Amino acid sequence: MTDGRATRTVPLPELADVVRSKNAGPYELTLDIIFTTRAQYELVKRERLVDRRVVAELYGVPVADVGEPIFYDPARAVKINLRRPLPSGAVGETDVYGAQQHGPLLALRLPVPGDAEPAT
Amino acid sequence: MEPERERVSAEGPDEIRILAATAILGYGFPDASFAAGLARRPHVIAVDAGSTDPGPYYLGAGESFTDRTAVRRDLERMLTAARSLGVPVVVGSAGGAGAAPHLRWLVAIADEIAAEQDLRLRTAVIAADVAPETVLRALDEGRITAVPHGPELTGADVRASTRIVAQLGVEPLVEALRGGADLVLAGRAYDPAVFAALPLLHGFDEGLALHLGKILECAAIAAVPGSGSDCMLGTLRRGHFVVEPLSPDRRCTPTSVAAHTLYEKSDPYHLPGPGGHLDLTDCAFTPEGERGVRVTGSRHVPAPYTLKLEGARLRGFRTVSLAGARDPVFIRELDGIVAGVRARVADNFPDLKPEQYELLVRVYGRDGCMGPLEPRPVVGGHEVGLVIEAVADTQELADTLCAFARSTMLHFGYPGRLSTAGNLAFPYSPSDFHAGAVYEWSLYHLLRLGADEAARAFPIRWTELPEGAS
Repeated sequence: MTDGRATRTVPLPELADVVRSKNAGPYELTLDIIFTTRAQYELVKRERLVDRRVVAELYGVPVADVGEPIFYDPARAVKINLRRPLPSGAVGETDVYGAQQHGPLLALRLPVPGDAEPAT
Repeated sequence: MEPERERVSAEGPDEIRILAATAILGYGFPDASFAAGLARRPHVIAVDAGSTDPGPYYLGAGESFTDRTAVRRDLERMLTAARSLGVPVVVGSAGGAGAAPHLRWLVAIADEIAAEQDLRLRTAVIAADVAPETVLRALDEGRITAVPHGPELTGADVRASTRIVAQLGVEPLVEALRGGADLVLAGRAYDPAVFAALPLLHGFDEGLALHLGKILECAAIAAVPGSGSDCMLGTLRRGHFVVEPLSPDRRCTPTSVAAHTLYEKSDPYHLPGPGGHLDLTDCAFTPEGERGVRVTGSRHVPAPYTLKLEGARLRGFRTVSLAGARDPVFIRELDGIVAGVRARVADNFPDLKPEQYELLVRVYGRDGCMGPLEPRPVVGGHEVGLVIEAVADTQELADTLCAFARSTMLHFGYPGRLSTAGNLAFPYSPSDFHAGAVYEWSLYHLLRLGADEAARAFPIRWTELPEGAS
């Protein structure tokens, strides 16, 4: 994402209050990131630091399986929908509620707004 | 002997207070919170009893995913309190999945409570089941649409469905309250509907009422700290609503309430429901008092009446075996061992065709949680948990396949093997368990209704509980 550049990046768990996944019906997973600070949220939104390609890479899935991120100002949140590999409850499926599919997001590193605004 | 209901003017009350006892009937609530809610003299006590999150089994099998004793405990407190206040209780998605057997189950529990607590309850029972013929006709007429990433519906899917329900909207619940129900027990319902029904009866704004219902259906989950087993009070006025938790240990913040609209939804700005969608683009969330949040700007945008259908079909029967492995060479060779076990199963039962069964080995410690979505499917620790699983048309066949795979894996030879006495650590004897019937979603589609159909889709059955006491 920003490899090779001098920008300081910080792991997502240090920048967010909530990183979660859940079913949105049996065929989709919905991933939510709620940022701790407004400044961090605004930076991510302005620079589109979370987009379909980034999420597809983290999960190792085609970009077509990832929905366009939806930025939600009132909660400093970004929501990303993901096609489920198997419908909830299908034979061979691994997570009926879809509540443990957020792990790859935790590996995301993001630039921070600048030293004047502490990340946490 | 009952106290009179709060008198309202011809234009209706200025505000409606709604007590949400718990996120799902049977998840429980502290008595202190509930008492604090009753002290605010709510006009209605409501609860959503269901969800599709626990998966298709419960709809297919006709069983509740909540426990009977816990459901009874919650409902008994709600009913006795509501009768002493003279206000109605509204319950949606009875028994979790909200089909006929679930609704019967909940009616029986309410009946038992009424008899034991000496309550007389004018009860509206509203089934949410949909006949397969209705769905097939709609399919022929092109009135069924798939959801994003969901399959197109076929007639075979409909005919294979054990049970089909629709999420009923607010209309039959409003009718039940207009008819003077003390208790409304509805089958599968759009979650916010049970909370929005009384406000809509009194002409409150549909957007605000449904958005309030959307928050209340999860009770105190929208508070900080969040809880699915604590109460929340909603106060709806003409231009806004206020939500507040009833435990002094929790509070709502603008962020916690705003964030809740993200929860389990694919779009936080547009939330579809039976008769339109909620547009939350212009919502504002501001603090109110010590623990509350005021919400304005929620709008309901009417659309052709659309019901969400849910159906489940029987896939087969499942037997599982639980085991662990700690031998590093076994773990290193695991993929080859699993392939070898599968080959031995096929070889040992040559009359069985591959499409007659599913044999799975789940590897916890590698990709047990995420399967194909796991970006690092490698064993990270010194041991793995294994679930050997067989699904077949009969329990007997699933037993046979699971047992054979388990014993084969226990003694399977592999390159570099040192531990020749056995490959698996079984925590239990017996090692294999019946997981019973396996259901899959067969229907999760939208059904467009004509206006006349929508009005009579969910008739009310009136009864007095306890039944047979008159």
